[in-house]
Amino acid sequence: MTAISDTNTKTMDISDSANVYQKLQQWLVNHPIMFPLLLIIIVCLVVGTIAPSFWQMANVFDILRASVIRGLFALGVLVVLAAGGLEVSFTSVAALVMYSVTMLVTNYMPELGFFPIMVMGAIGGTLLGVVNGLLVNTLKAPSLIVTIGTQYAFRGFLLTFIGTALFMNIPASMEQFGQITLVTLTNDAGFEVKLPAYVLVLLAAALLTWFILNHTLMGRAIYATGGNPDIAERLGFKVPQVQLFVFAYAGFLAGIAGILHVSSNRLANPFDLAGTELAVIAAVVLGGARITGGSGSVGGTMLGVILITLVSNVLILVGIPSTWQTAILGSFILIAGLFFCFTDKKQA
Amino acid sequence: MSSKFLDGQLGFLLLVNALVVIASLFLVGPRFVGLYNLQSMAIQLSELGLLAFGVMLAMSAGRGGIDLSGVALANLSGVIAFMLTPTFATATESPLLYCWVFAGFCLLTGLAGGLLNGALVGYAGLTPIIATLGTQMLFTGIAVGLTGGSALRLGFIEPLDDFANTSVLGIPISFGLFLAIAGVLALFLKYSSYGVRLYLLGSNDNAAKFSGIKVKRMYLITYTLAGLLASVAGVIIAARTSSVKWDYGSSYVMVAILIAVMAGVKPEGGFGRVICVLMSAIALQLMSSLFNFMAISNFFRDCAWGLLLLIFLFASKVNITDFLRLRPSPATK
Repeated sequence: MTAISDTNTKTMDISDSANVYQKLQQWLVNHPIMFPLLLIIIVCLVVGTIAPSFWQMANVFDILRASVIRGLFALGVLVVLAAGGLEVSFTSVAALVMYSVTMLVTNYMPELGFFPIMVMGAIGGTLLGVVNGLLVNTLKAPSLIVTIGTQYAFRGFLLTFIGTALFMNIPASMEQFGQITLVTLTNDAGFEVKLPAYVLVLLAAALLTWFILNHTLMGRAIYATGGNPDIAERLGFKVPQVQLFVFAYAGFLAGIAGILHVSSNRLANPFDLAGTELAVIAAVVLGGARITGGSGSVGGTMLGVILITLVSNVLILVGIPSTWQTAILGSFILIAGLFFCFTDKKQA
Repeated sequence: MSSKFLDGQLGFLLLVNALVVIASLFLVGPRFVGLYNLQSMAIQLSELGLLAFGVMLAMSAGRGGIDLSGVALANLSGVIAFMLTPTFATATESPLLYCWVFAGFCLLTGLAGGLLNGALVGYAGLTPIIATLGTQMLFTGIAVGLTGGSALRLGFIEPLDDFANTSVLGIPISFGLFLAIAGVLALFLKYSSYGVRLYLLGSNDNAAKFSGIKVKRMYLITYTLAGLLASVAGVIIAARTSSVKWDYGSSYVMVAILIAVMAGVKPEGGFGRVICVLMSAIALQLMSSLFNFMAISNFFRDCAWGLLLLIFLFASKVNITDFLRLRPSPATK
């Protein structure tokens, strides 16, 4: 023990600055949540310096509002990733659920309240998620490939057998829910900016996910399975059940996200949401969840989502055309991947 | 080795092909096998087949190998070649030179993109999924940024158009090139030391490492090859559509994976035969064409492809080779 502390003090004497650097590295390794936070701060400072109009409450509202759907998806992806899988079918699940449920309610029970509609969406999403989970369990193939398959199957099913036309006469209760406002502000340009109440749904989902991951046996089982499924099995966790749970939970959140998407847009378009998968996965990876499983936190994921939304919303303010968004998101994924790869090697 | 050329997987794929052709003859009639339809199928097949080879290589290398960036790189190589070529040759004055320079820039882009993937997977140690997901977005993003999101028209350039649409002895030139690449790749994987090392690496990367294989360099070479194949697909796409576009073939990523899985390439690595990928691509193209003739919507086709992917994942677990063994294998206990 003394020997170790001796060498420590020696290195400290030799070069103080190198030590500070090492400490910073170690600190970042121990606090992966700081990575998205630092990026957010950098983006805010850069954008805020070039375009001072960035600093207003209205922008915060905009970013929060635009984060809700992506955030719900990201929480689902986080839970699947933590268990060592990958899920890309959530947009298809959401589209299939939102379109079918909205159509069903509009045609047969247009007076239905919002809460039962939300429950229907959640149940529909959970069922599709269970399909994913069962397939991953039986096929024993990488869940990325399985969910690519179900992504196309679900979307193809929706567009072939249910419908392709968007419709705007959605049930009144859904429309009303999307309009409930918590706070209204007037921004610099004189427009009214509202913070919609459905932001609270994301908050509730984040708390629920945090609780499951950190305070339940299932949460332990999820991280254990993601870390090493063989060892988790030997510890007595039932890996197939964990898989089933994480995919069902991701489906549950995707179903709710679909219903919220219709409420906030006031129309049901079966082509919506497709192609947003990568940005969601990017958010989760930026938030510190390793693609190899066993890690990831709700806080980091939420910061990752805010970072992605920030990049998509405010680049235009500093004169970067929106066409470069995808390239920037791609390089963020690579930077995050490299960063966490590097810290993993440090730890090992 | 050569006695096992016709293994169960290949036999099965030939059977699927035969069944689809017979079904098509009943449902569509003789025009299904008419020269025109065969040629148009062959041209489309080349693009998908090249991308599927890339996926096959990445999957064979193991460690959760996959290349999700294939079609993005194909599109990007077309876009970059479109931007750079006019500084060296003009399409109106020297069309032939233009085409060669265009193809050269495509391949260079493919090489650079493939090297990037390979360096990320091999040297930086990123998981292939995250590396190629990131580069997929990066490549797509650069293509969107450079083009501003719109398609760029190449216009009619005779040699390029000939390359895509003219046939020699009934075989479209681009398809001929595809077959040649497939042949070279098959021989290379079978007889070069690279091929042997690739499958060893995919079967057990620890064993490969301790038997002295330079694992990092293997990943670099493998993903670079996949990038080059993607850029050849980029040339064919540009020639066939006379334009370059960032979002061409958005479902190709999934279809290329489907072709590879159908061909018996194991997502865990260590398996993958060029001839099987070729047969599986042909089967898929035949089905796709059949759907077209029967006026079945594209949406249903997506649905069918998704289900097929799941079915073949299931089939790969059941191990069809045991059921369809054509002759008793000496290897069985």
